Amino acid sequence: MQLSRDELLGAYRRMATIRSFEERLHDEIAKGEIAGFTHLYCGQEAAAVGVCDHLGDDDFIVSTHRGHGHCLAKGVEVKGMMAEIYGRATGTCKGKGGSMHIADIDKGMLGANGIVGAGAPQAVGAALAAKMDGNGRIGLSFSGDGACNQGTTFEAMNMAVVTKAPVIFVFENNHYSEHTGPAYATATSTDIAGRAEAFGMKAWRANGCDYFDTYETMREVLDYVRAGNGPAAVELDTERFYGHFEGDPQRYRGPGEIDRLRAERDCLTAFRRRVTEAGLLADADLDTIEAEVARLIDEAVDEARAAPAPTPAMVLEDVYISY
Amino acid sequence: MTRMMIREAILETIRSEMRRDPTVMMLGEDIVGGMGTAGGPEAIGGIWSTSTGLWEEFGSNRIIDTPISESAIIGSAAGAALAGKRPIAELMFADFVGVCMDQIWNQIAKFRYMFGGKSKCPVVIRLVYGAGFNAAPQHSQAVYSMMTSMPGVKVVMPTTPADAKGLLTQAIRDDDPVLFFEHKALYGVKGEVPDGDYVIPFGHARQVRAGEHVTIVAMGMMVGLAEKAADQLAQDGIGCDVIDIRTTSPLDEEAILDSVEMTGRLVVVDESPPRCSVAADICAMVANKAFAALKAPPAMVTPPHTPVPFARELESAYLPSPPKIVDAVRSVLAYR
Repeated sequence: MQLSRDELLGAYRRMATIRSFEERLHDEIAKGEIAGFTHLYCGQEAAAVGVCDHLGDDDFIVSTHRGHGHCLAKGVEVKGMMAEIYGRATGTCKGKGGSMHIADIDKGMLGANGIVGAGAPQAVGAALAAKMDGNGRIGLSFSGDGACNQGTTFEAMNMAVVTKAPVIFVFENNHYSEHTGPAYATATSTDIAGRAEAFGMKAWRANGCDYFDTYETMREVLDYVRAGNGPAAVELDTERFYGHFEGDPQRYRGPGEIDRLRAERDCLTAFRRRVTEAGLLADADLDTIEAEVARLIDEAVDEARAAPAPTPAMVLEDVYISY
Repeated sequence: MTRMMIREAILETIRSEMRRDPTVMMLGEDIVGGMGTAGGPEAIGGIWSTSTGLWEEFGSNRIIDTPISESAIIGSAAGAALAGKRPIAELMFADFVGVCMDQIWNQIAKFRYMFGGKSKCPVVIRLVYGAGFNAAPQHSQAVYSMMTSMPGVKVVMPTTPADAKGLLTQAIRDDDPVLFFEHKALYGVKGEVPDGDYVIPFGHARQVRAGEHVTIVAMGMMVGLAEKAADQLAQDGIGCDVIDIRTTSPLDEEAILDSVEMTGRLVVVDESPPRCSVAADICAMVANKAFAALKAPPAMVTPPHTPVPFARELESAYLPSPPKIVDAVRSVLAYR
């Protein structure tokens, strides 16, 4: 189905925002500006955006430690996220969560998660809540090829099938679980979707570095799940441009691997080539978006730097609602 | 008032809260029982009879009989709660927290805090716990002390049918996650239960016996043992102030301290192993906050630091008992 000009511009803006956000974090972390562990989503933008462009605020997603892209694609506000990663009181989570724990319930973003595989059953629960309401909302779990080896993921897939939960398991296979390749760590390394099929659910496979393939595949998946057919799974073949965490020396990469990935598998480049060659958008349209996004990220960093740190008294806040 | 057993009070409370609030749902293994069998749904009705008939009334969307997948049960409850529901998850045996600890400890307990207070997770996890049935090391444990050490959850332990109703009603309506410990040996205990809406706020201890010589603090199954010990000691003119703390988190420190200020002597009876236990926590709290009032070192009556054994003789030797409590009271009274 042909996307409108506005839809194409929006998709590119969302992918470019993730790319710019992450590239900037990479630079600022190298300067020592940001504390803690940060896991960048660069390279996988088409996956998050191609999936979330089908979702509304009242659909629920759960995410991973590599969650910035999912948050931004689901509509979590850029400046709040940047302030959170800077550990500021003005952050999305008031500096209590940081990079790995950004959530925005009003946007249907139920939480990034520092525990690999923990989100899958939570997506099932959100889906069961939606099923109770019978309003066509769905739950969706983003996880990677690492999380596909966690028992929680298996439990969640089985329970989703037996309860007919309207939930989608999205497996972003970026070919690295931390510092280990699926050829070693994943028994069915070339076919994670097949695991979902083994649980009795329908599964799709798509090129997660291609916005259009991901988007069109997800349209079918969403139609299937929203129609009440129970759960489904999608395996997206994608690439991670940076290390597992910032500071990872990446000695496990092959010679020239990252240069090759950036040359051959960059989802923004592929998007640009496709829409300009088809005459749907001009290079200038996309350049304008990139300039606007760069300004937004500059502002977000400036504001985060200037924002107040949380006060020591805030340690005691938000443990309980009442105690 | 209606006379009923604790298990009936729990079932009736769940039923009435589900009628009252359409967001309340329940998940657990065999809570319907018989699904996918020749006997059909409700062939069992929950092995503890605390969910009998709920599926028939509320259907499969709200009464979710699950596979044996504790992480998925608790994880689903967490996700449903973030999505606006009030799930009640049943762990058939509290010992199974080992299987799903991450979903409790890293997930449910931390959501509100790590999301900067912008979420709530009103999950009730019902954990069936405790020794006395020769159920051996993996089906007998009192794991509430371990869970009490966890910030972000509330820990509740009813000992009477009335408390079961009042505390479970509060648990279901509470906006924070609650771990609700039900002792299997107490399910058949009968008592008067107030009719209609009945809520007991957390953090308020119940005075079980009044006495002036020694304070006995107990919780769960241990309360009944402390009462028996107090009855025996009363025959010798020894007055025990017996306190059922009802919730280990939050803890009613004031009730304990007020009593110790009066008696000067403290015995804490706890079914969990002694190290880092609720008993140790209460003794430390009293030593810190009422040191001047103490006439003797606080004493603990707990099992030894071992797993729960199987054989009758071993399990009896393991568990606290009225004679062990009597001995502890006499020793703190004898201290000079």
